[in-house]
Amino acid sequence: MGFADFVCFEALIPELQATDRDGAIAELVSALDEAGQLGKGNCEVITRAVIKREKEASTGMGKGIAVPHVKHSAVKDIVATIGCSSGGIDFAALDKQPVYSVILLISPLDNPDKHLQTMEHVFKHLRQEKFRKFLRQSQTTEEIESLLREADENPQL
Amino acid sequence: MQTEQDSPQRVVCEASVEIKNADGLHMRPAMQFVDIANQFDCDINVSNEENTVDGKSIMQMSMLAATCGTKLKIRAEGADAKEAVDALRELVVDKHFDEPMPKKRSRKEKAKDLKE
Repeated sequence: MGFADFVCFEALIPELQATDRDGAIAELVSALDEAGQLGKGNCEVITRAVIKREKEASTGMGKGIAVPHVKHSAVKDIVATIGCSSGGIDFAALDKQPVYSVILLISPLDNPDKHLQTMEHVFKHLRQEKFRKFLRQSQTTEEIESLLREADENPQL
Repeated sequence: MQTEQDSPQRVVCEASVEIKNADGLHMRPAMQFVDIANQFDCDINVSNEENTVDGKSIMQMSMLAATCGTKLKIRAEGADAKEAVDALRELVVDKHFDEPMPKKRSRKEKAKDLKE
């Protein structure tokens, strides 16, 4: 399992326009939708579902990272995208600090084990300071994509 | 559960627990775990077969990817180790994170799987 297996590179956003949580989520879900990952007419429902989940408990887990996610029948397999914000976004994070990297994950309803394996992969890298730093510094889609591909090759990154 | 008491301040307590809720240790349960772990002063480690992680860190707990049926070892060390392990075991085993356990599959569903 690697980022290349579930991240939709077409939907990466190197600089989010939104400056608030709900806006950032909407932007990332729209990017997945425009890349044809969510089926027809599901964009708004999924955006609302992710925001609802985020309100129940923040996925801003500290160190500038948030991982909003939701299960939805619109996807057959896990799909993810990443957005960066140089100004930082308030995600009501655990450490109360702004979030600079937002990883959005949409999982199918019926595969909790794969959802966990995907999370494992994401956090294996996110706990590395170097990976977080490179992600935050990425300024183009290509830079994010090559960072993710490099991480897939190198478990230490 | 084993408790070794070297000195009044140095209690080591361990427990093996099995994840029982159907969705496993995803982020919400992991956060509940970390919240409870952080109410105690002792050090808390959680291990699966491959890794040992800090039970007070959400990022590390999310890395365990413990699915339903996975066995984890909780190890606490410090004055309130026993209380911590008791509370965490209650959350994982007795309450299974207040989430549903796997559904028992009906005969109809099994028959349908066979057909497919």
